[in-house]
Amino acid sequence: MTKRMLLSANEAIAWAAYRSGCRVATAYPGTPSTEIMHHVAEFKGAINCEWSVNEKVAMEIGIGASLAGVRALVAMKHVGLNVAMDPLMTFTHLGAIGGMVIINADDPSMHSSQNEQDNRSLAKFARAVLFEPADSQEAFDMVCAGFDLSEQFQVPVIVRTTTRTAHTSTLVDIGSTEQGEATPIPYVKNAQRNVAIPAFARPMRAKVEKRTAALRDLSEASPFNRAEPGSGDLGFVASGVAWQYVKEVFPDAPIFKVGLSFPPPIEAIRAFARDLQRLVVIEESDPVIADQLRAAGIAVLEPKTQLRMMELNPMRLEQLSAELLGTPAPTPPQPEGHIPVRPPVLCSGCTHRGPFHILSKLKTTVCGDIGCYTLGAAPPLAAMDTCICMGAAIGTAIGMRKAGLPNPRIAAVMGDSTFFHSGMTGLLDVAYNRIPITVMVFDNRITAMTGHQENPGSGQTLLGEPATAVRIAEVARTLGITRVHEVDPYDLANLEKIFTDCLDSGEPAVVVVRGPCVLHEKWAGTFINVVDAEKCTACGACFRLGCPAIIRSEPKEPGSTRSKSKIDPMFCTGCNLCAQVCKFDAISPAK
Amino acid sequence: MTPPPLTSIFNISLVGVGGQGILLTSDVLALAAMHAGFDVKKSEIHGMSQRGGSVISQVRFGPRVYSPIIPDGQSDILVSFERTEALRWGHLAKPGAHILVNDMERVPITVSSGQYPAVENAVERLAAYPGLRLLSANPLAEQAGSIRTANVVLVGALSTLVPFAKAHWQTALNERIPEPFLDVNLRAFALGRDAIA
Repeated sequence: MTKRMLLSANEAIAWAAYRSGCRVATAYPGTPSTEIMHHVAEFKGAINCEWSVNEKVAMEIGIGASLAGVRALVAMKHVGLNVAMDPLMTFTHLGAIGGMVIINADDPSMHSSQNEQDNRSLAKFARAVLFEPADSQEAFDMVCAGFDLSEQFQVPVIVRTTTRTAHTSTLVDIGSTEQGEATPIPYVKNAQRNVAIPAFARPMRAKVEKRTAALRDLSEASPFNRAEPGSGDLGFVASGVAWQYVKEVFPDAPIFKVGLSFPPPIEAIRAFARDLQRLVVIEESDPVIADQLRAAGIAVLEPKTQLRMMELNPMRLEQLSAELLGTPAPTPPQPEGHIPVRPPVLCSGCTHRGPFHILSKLKTTVCGDIGCYTLGAAPPLAAMDTCICMGAAIGTAIGMRKAGLPNPRIAAVMGDSTFFHSGMTGLLDVAYNRIPITVMVFDNRITAMTGHQENPGSGQTLLGEPATAVRIAEVARTLGITRVHEVDPYDLANLEKIFTDCLDSGEPAVVVVRGPCVLHEKWAGTFINVVDAEKCTACGACFRLGCPAIIRSEPKEPGSTRSKSKIDPMFCTGCNLCAQVCKFDAISPAK
Repeated sequence: MTPPPLTSIFNISLVGVGGQGILLTSDVLALAAMHAGFDVKKSEIHGMSQRGGSVISQVRFGPRVYSPIIPDGQSDILVSFERTEALRWGHLAKPGAHILVNDMERVPITVSSGQYPAVENAVERLAAYPGLRLLSANPLAEQAGSIRTANVVLVGALSTLVPFAKAHWQTALNERIPEPFLDVNLRAFALGRDAIA
């Protein structure tokens, strides 16, 4: 017994890898999973770890390590698993050798994601073992157990966290802070086992089903699945953090807690349900467990209270309680009215602001992508038409061009990390098929939105070792694009000239807008700007930059709804975009 | 460690604007709760918090804590790092709860760019909450030696409203704040504590 620690599930997962003798860890950053690899890196190379270029590569590295006989951890957010499904779906046929644990972080309510998807269905689809931790201690215990199970059954193990477990800190006892040891399993070349060609894959396929059947027996007896007795004839099955809400709102009810949820412990739950009049499954978000119970002939009530979309919480279960117990619906306290929303915005001095301003001015159709720069979709810049998934900007822009969109100016916009992740293949399609669109890479040399992770353009690895700093313009030329420019993000006149040339050229073009993230390099200009109230005509041009440093000042004249501007010196970085858009010479450096 | 006398769950919501040091504050609070011998959970949403958005962190402690989310209207204390955010999240507080507010305003971009009307009379609206404690943390932070310690001034003020011994706060601050910045933060903590006592 060591001291208790207050750990987020992400930290607990890193500790579990360290304590379990994990040798290789890979990830691509994605909220809410990102911190796992930061914490793995704090073990200073005790685990061979890296930021992979994307989740598919991360998964493949984990697979290689597992097949070579060592334990591997692979971490990603929910949409990352979409990217990594291809290798996973065949690895599940081969089976693990060294223990393989995949952390999949779902984001119900889309706190920081483009969609909501319940990836527990993907674990079932892949016939992988699925764990659902309810807190950080369970995240630790399940990752440790997962490595053992993975080796014992030669099965990939998925631990599904959610934003609310990943970013909640709870007390954890990790036993010891010593690095754990796991004996590597000697590598033996075995094509029948490890080469998935049809003749070899058919027997693998049969083995997968046999393995899943054995895992069903294991799940029935697993200590992670347990009936918690209670009073009354209304009972619950609950998994993950949803179990916490059931304990909070229905403290006396019988609850079957599911921790190992694929394969689910059907018979144990059938026995639990025998004495109950009503059984409700509380899970986030899809009816994954509920439908498997129904398929097994167990009666599961589907409440009218909507519990299938967005994050659960105690208030929603209070609504359920009122429905189930026939009591009056609770009346939650109402928020104050008329409070202005406070959305996240591009920082003052952000390198993305200038290019978006010009794209908007040039009335460009902009297919956007995933990153800080997605904020360019918001008013007043309003410079984005679409955003789908990592790398989709280019393919979407190609599709719009092929569809014959009347606007001749079509651009795809993505950041450097997204370009490396899955933009390069799209750009190759542009070059190969001679598609007349302009691909713009907003290159700030870091993965900014998730908190500044290194990428192949940064010149540094996860552990801070020097690395190649890929020059995106050179990649574009190598792929076959001839019209390639690198531009300064703060020179609006030049941005307008180059963007116009490329968008109107009728041929494939690439513009790399290069400049460091102001948050990351703590960059600040050598001056800050002020507005001369005498010269300011309240035309509003500077407000249209959407800069948080530019704020409303006095009205143009008494009673007018038009305001002059002023500049908040706390936030001004001296990027000087505002002075460039002011036609009245009212903005200049402070003396 | 002597078992704490608290028999029910104590709930604290901390709200403000990205970049104000809310997450450090809730870390210190949760660590102090741990050292005081409680079960504790700290939950936060920080996906894009650095980009000036609204940020919320919740800390619950007691003999045994289940849900990491505090039900609306159940916070014993609401700490707001900014006036508009205190209004936005006022419904989280229990009737009569302590509402500790840093008496400063950061105008949302939706207002400064003219998309949304400004919040008039925020202080008067806040005064409708009987447990309101307005505190000018920024000048105290400057007095401590750095404007960046305004969040720890609020920790000091909060410490007078929460049932932990001062030593547990001290331990938590020692653990969470890097050594070079410790002295200035301890000064900020003391100033916040005196300001509300």
